Amino acid sequence: MSTHVLSLLVEDKPGLLTRVAGLFARRSFNIESLAVGKTEVPGLSRITVVVDVEDLPLEQVTKQLNKLINVVKIVELEPGQSVQREHMLIKVKVDNSTRSQILEAATLFRANVVDVNADALVIEVTGDSPKCQALLRLLEPYGVKEIAQSGLLAIGRGGKSISERVLKADR
Amino acid sequence: MSMTPRPAAPRSAEPPILTGSGAVLRSLELLGVEDVFGIPGGAIIPFYDELMQQSAIRHILVRHEQGGGHAAEGYAAATGRVGVCLATSGPGATNLVTAIADAYMDSVPMVAITGQVFSHLIGTDAFQEADITGITMPITKHSFQVSHPEDVPGVMRAAFHIASTGRPGPVLVDITKDAQQNSAPFIWPEKLDLPGYRPVSKAHGKQITAAAQLLAESQRPLLYVGGGVIRAKASEELREFAEATGAPVVTTLMARGAFPDSHPQHLGMPGMHGAVPAVLAFQECDLIIALGARFDDRVTGKVNEFAPGAKVIHVDVDPAEISKIRPADVPIVGDVREVLADLSIAFQDLAATARPDLTDWWERLQGLQERFPLGFAEPTDGKLSPQHVIQRIGEITGPEAVYAAGVGQHQMWAAQFIKYERPNAWLNSGGAGTMGYAVPAAMGAKVAEPERVVWAIDGDGCFQMTNQELATCTLNDIPIKVAVINNSSLGMVRQWQSLFYEGRHSFTDLETGDDARMIPDFVKLGEAYGCLSIRVTKPEEVDPAIKLALETNDRPVVIDFIVSKDAMVWPMVPQGVSNSFVQYAKEHSPVWEEE
Repeated sequence: MSTHVLSLLVEDKPGLLTRVAGLFARRSFNIESLAVGKTEVPGLSRITVVVDVEDLPLEQVTKQLNKLINVVKIVELEPGQSVQREHMLIKVKVDNSTRSQILEAATLFRANVVDVNADALVIEVTGDSPKCQALLRLLEPYGVKEIAQSGLLAIGRGGKSISERVLKADR
Repeated sequence: MSMTPRPAAPRSAEPPILTGSGAVLRSLELLGVEDVFGIPGGAIIPFYDELMQQSAIRHILVRHEQGGGHAAEGYAAATGRVGVCLATSGPGATNLVTAIADAYMDSVPMVAITGQVFSHLIGTDAFQEADITGITMPITKHSFQVSHPEDVPGVMRAAFHIASTGRPGPVLVDITKDAQQNSAPFIWPEKLDLPGYRPVSKAHGKQITAAAQLLAESQRPLLYVGGGVIRAKASEELREFAEATGAPVVTTLMARGAFPDSHPQHLGMPGMHGAVPAVLAFQECDLIIALGARFDDRVTGKVNEFAPGAKVIHVDVDPAEISKIRPADVPIVGDVREVLADLSIAFQDLAATARPDLTDWWERLQGLQERFPLGFAEPTDGKLSPQHVIQRIGEITGPEAVYAAGVGQHQMWAAQFIKYERPNAWLNSGGAGTMGYAVPAAMGAKVAEPERVVWAIDGDGCFQMTNQELATCTLNDIPIKVAVINNSSLGMVRQWQSLFYEGRHSFTDLETGDDARMIPDFVKLGEAYGCLSIRVTKPEEVDPAIKLALETNDRPVVIDFIVSKDAMVWPMVPQGVSNSFVQYAKEHSPVWEEE
């Protein structure tokens, strides 16, 4: 198995997310992460989905997704040709003896401390998946109380955008 | 496939103000719809109120929504036009689910319109509320929920376009009661707004050339014809292509009639209950040209051992079918009708110089045909042979009729022993395997084509699932003919129990035959519905009964054929084994030639 990052340009219609997620479930494809948000074009949303499949099933995934009427375009974003980021909020236990070490670790990872309490810090980190995981591993010995994590976001490098050609064809 | 909408009336300055219900009706008219099947309920009363005040659209009042759904399917499958069914919210809508799933599996162009509770009640578990768009998401090509009357024309136009183009399929339009009641200007959309929907019809020239090249080099080609050829209305093009290439043809369960059974190049139906030559042709060919077929497990048997020596050219309008089960060497995405026309030209250009010699291939296939013709053994219990009954129905009625089957043994026999000469003559539930399909589908076909004889070849199990539509048939002057192949059991399950479960017939005895209590008595049941109903138990009664049915056109006919329960469907490729192990009859496999 290998992970692939797919970027879907979709019409912003009711039930769209159910259609996409349901398709993965009923065709037995595994979703590792999913992130949804609006785009620069009104009425179009973007779904970034990380799937864990072999190459041939990947072709099935994209073909089946393409059959959804509200899916306008799908591209696979290769790691080399795209910027890929995760966003993680980590609540870690602190006391007077550990605070400075944790702050130092956060600085090393260019992470921000976004909430401070006597017994806990919330650290915000952005980066590729290995970086976020590395920070998490480093903090684990201090006691991670809670994490909240976004799905992977990805965008192609270079001047082109995935909505360009779609818009040219239609409007 | 395309629906040509009637041109809208010239646009006046002021569009008419219509209720949402009126807008649905006006849209149906503009889309050329003439017949719809449905049954009203609370959430769709506003639409029905306007429906009764017009005459452009004939509404057939069914007795159960599933019947309405299958009738719409039969209507569509017999004609290629979009079938339309209507239901109310909640249970009305959920009763359509089986028919929608069936249409999805068999790519039937269908639009289902359902009423929904008031939009302010959605999500409150209101009376007769069901999330029908959610429920049907996995089994519809697309669905819409409408809660504003101004959205009706655009949605209706899009729904029919999606249902009928590309790979056809069912589309659900769910309309809230307030959207039906409220009014808005009726504006027919100039163009469709579907940026994510662009089915390909014309195939890539490079792929056509590559396919023609493979075909010109092949010593043992095989045309694997699926239901897509019928949906694409490509029978004529198929015949020209087949004759140009001289290649043998097999037609799947969904494609019976796409290529004439009488044609010398036709090997018959492949698959679990296919003809031996058709099944073995796959195993021995060096090239498969798959045309609107999807390598269903009932055709391939064990996939890893399917057609081991064959390259594959796969033509389908749905890109997702290509290489889904079996990787294609030459994938061709396009409308099979256009592709076949292009392929014929490309092949003839190549064949002008070097034509492949198929003599050895045909010699082998004809040898198989001679040794393993389709046939059946007479039952030993003295009862009627079901195969004989079905064969006689086909022979006496002829190829211009429509034959709709239920699901099970009788379906397989009807696929094997009736000779199909034209597309759209054979209607059945292939992918979903929906018992109870026959009677309502036959009803739908008869409404679409009243001039044709329409037979429902049904089983005693199937018939008990949807026979309520005989009331609809009698009252609406839809004189279908029902042949109940009554073996007093769920015959196909019983056959598997006999073959693979050491004869343990667990709950497959329905007690409708003459060694049983005959509950229900199908003759009395048919009479209760106003049908001409007779029972046939002896061979000499078979022909006169069929002839009487053909002469009776003032009401539906039900013939209860009491047949042997021990008759089995042969040949058979047991589930999960290679096609090479096809059994001609019980424990009788064709002898393999030394390779």
